[in-house]
Amino acid sequence: MSELQEKLVFDRPESVIDRPTHYCPGCHHGVAHRLVGELLDEMKLREESILIGSIGCSVFLYNYLDIDAVEAPHGRAPAVGTGVKRARPDKFVLTYQGDGDLASIGMAEIMHAANRGERICVVFVNNTVYGMTGGQMAPTTLVGQRTTTCPGGRCRDKEGLPIKMTEIISQLGGVAFAGRASLDSVKNIRTAKKYLRKAFECQVQDRGFGFVELLSACPTNWKMPPVKANERIREEMIPYFPLGVYKDVTEEGGAC
Amino acid sequence: MADKIFIKGNEAVARGALAAGCKCFFGYPITPQNDIPEFMSQAIVDAGGEFVQAESEVAAANMLLGAGATGVRAMTSSSSPGVSLKQEAISYMAGSDIPAVVVNMNRGGPGLGDIGPAQGDYYQSTRGGGHGDYRLLVYAPATAQEAYDLTIKAFDMAFKYRNPVMILGDAILGQMKEPIEPWTPELPGETEGNDWRLDGAKDREKRLIKSLFLDEGALAGQNQRLQAKYEAMQGEIQYEAFETEDADLIVCAYGSIGRIAKSAVRKMRQAGHKVGLFRPITLYPFPAAPLLELAKQGKRFLTIEHNLGQMVDDVRLSMRTVADSDFFPVYPGNLPTPDEFEAPILKSLEGK
Amino acid sequence: MSRIEVLEDRCKGCLLCTTVCPVQIIVQSQRFNQNGYKVAEVPEEEKEKCTGCASCALICPDLAIRVYRTPKAKKGED
Repeated sequence: MSELQEKLVFDRPESVIDRPTHYCPGCHHGVAHRLVGELLDEMKLREESILIGSIGCSVFLYNYLDIDAVEAPHGRAPAVGTGVKRARPDKFVLTYQGDGDLASIGMAEIMHAANRGERICVVFVNNTVYGMTGGQMAPTTLVGQRTTTCPGGRCRDKEGLPIKMTEIISQLGGVAFAGRASLDSVKNIRTAKKYLRKAFECQVQDRGFGFVELLSACPTNWKMPPVKANERIREEMIPYFPLGVYKDVTEEGGAC
Repeated sequence: MADKIFIKGNEAVARGALAAGCKCFFGYPITPQNDIPEFMSQAIVDAGGEFVQAESEVAAANMLLGAGATGVRAMTSSSSPGVSLKQEAISYMAGSDIPAVVVNMNRGGPGLGDIGPAQGDYYQSTRGGGHGDYRLLVYAPATAQEAYDLTIKAFDMAFKYRNPVMILGDAILGQMKEPIEPWTPELPGETEGNDWRLDGAKDREKRLIKSLFLDEGALAGQNQRLQAKYEAMQGEIQYEAFETEDADLIVCAYGSIGRIAKSAVRKMRQAGHKVGLFRPITLYPFPAAPLLELAKQGKRFLTIEHNLGQMVDDVRLSMRTVADSDFFPVYPGNLPTPDEFEAPILKSLEGK
Repeated sequence: MSRIEVLEDRCKGCLLCTTVCPVQIIVQSQRFNQNGYKVAEVPEEEKEKCTGCASCALICPDLAIRVYRTPKAKKGED
């Protein structure tokens, strides 16, 4: 068998810049970045895209994706994305937000951008903590989960239940696609990409707002090794945050 | 020359924006600026643009940030409490060199205050308003015509400096109807901002618009660039000097109060008093040099504002070590009249 | 035959790849990269077993794995 026949079948997508990331070992942001990059390549959107970065560990996403980008204040990416899309309706507009950014400080912006059916895609990375600031309690922190601001574990009576964003978003009229996937396993990563593609297509086809929640690990702030963190997604997160498609207008045969 | 139209100051701002090629407007209801989003909701769409009634002033200002980053002429308007909420995005826009026009029809404060005219937002407007070390170019129109003209200019300046520009009016300017002559400026066209705007990295390197500067020396560098920009803005100073040449006393007032003070000055001139008016039209940059010139001529000064003393600081700074300014406040919540300015003007004229 | 290439300067030693390999040939090496991470590897004697399924590359958060296949090696593809 000749080496010349050998084919490179898995490599960095062109839309992802060739440089090491600042993320901790086992952090799933890198997987999410890669899926976005693969789709930008496959759907030939790289040259048409404008990324709205957000605040959190993924604030440096603009260093990793080879597309135009603007930085939004904490939680405001869907509003900034609205402004970008209204100003340049021919461009592909993408926000990438964590759970503190999207489900807490940015709750108003995400809800209303979704409800208006803005033709933007939102990649929502849910790892149940504020990562960059050091692992504080997030709106998605599971009951009993210990963080630096709920050292005794999140208490349902005082801090409420973790917010299920995809369920909420899927109820809003302007949403064309809403799905929750997980980045813990090969199978789930493949599904995540499928959902992201759907959400991207909904924008390209002018169908409406696209929303994909990605259950992700934050081994550092969960204070566990990456392999264990992936197990935690399966054992603790997925039972509370069920995976699946919550809304898909393409299946219902029409634009929203 | 176009025919005159009889409109409110609010509508004059909106029409000025459309004449200037404003393509996106992001609004939120608050009195006394509601005529602007109401007018825009139809007019900007008719002109081929986009109108969004945002979920909050916070969101509206961030939509403005997004549209501005793509190099499209865009605007938002609000009134005092709403403008406080916009400060987050204004700071980010200033920090990331994004052009935009923000309108504040100042109402009484602090807090919810009232819905009447006031000038309590002078500090907020001229000192940046949000966090960090930045400035907006601030225009303070006194008439509906000026509101129209300065709004057109605001867009040119926003793009010239890649900086947010503010139109600071008040409930008097916004709500009073008067005739204006609309006109249409020459527009920059589709290429405006094409050396920095975000429109997809096609046949060029990707672009990044941000205000985060973590590398060593980077933030200091950005602040230095911003300061250089504010220094360059000094060339944009605008003011009205009325009967100042032979005046013994110069009244300093801006916006609607400047206009009312002008009436008082005119009336007192007729009575033989040597008084004049100095009305800053750009509040930032403040017209300090021409004021200092007047101070060097040995004139007295009285600053009148619809607040408890804010612009008077800039008046005094302009002429420090040479002269001082008296101050007469109109309390936010009260409506000013030209007659009530006569007594304080006379008092200052006599040097009491 | 198929093979993987671990980009050792990118590997952060998270070992997620070791959990998804269907033939369980990826292990932690004894080598540290310049960042101090103990990188993943396929020991020389196990290399033949690689099916080129790319599971390891799919789960790798750091694009630290390249996968090569020969045209004939369709069997391991999923």
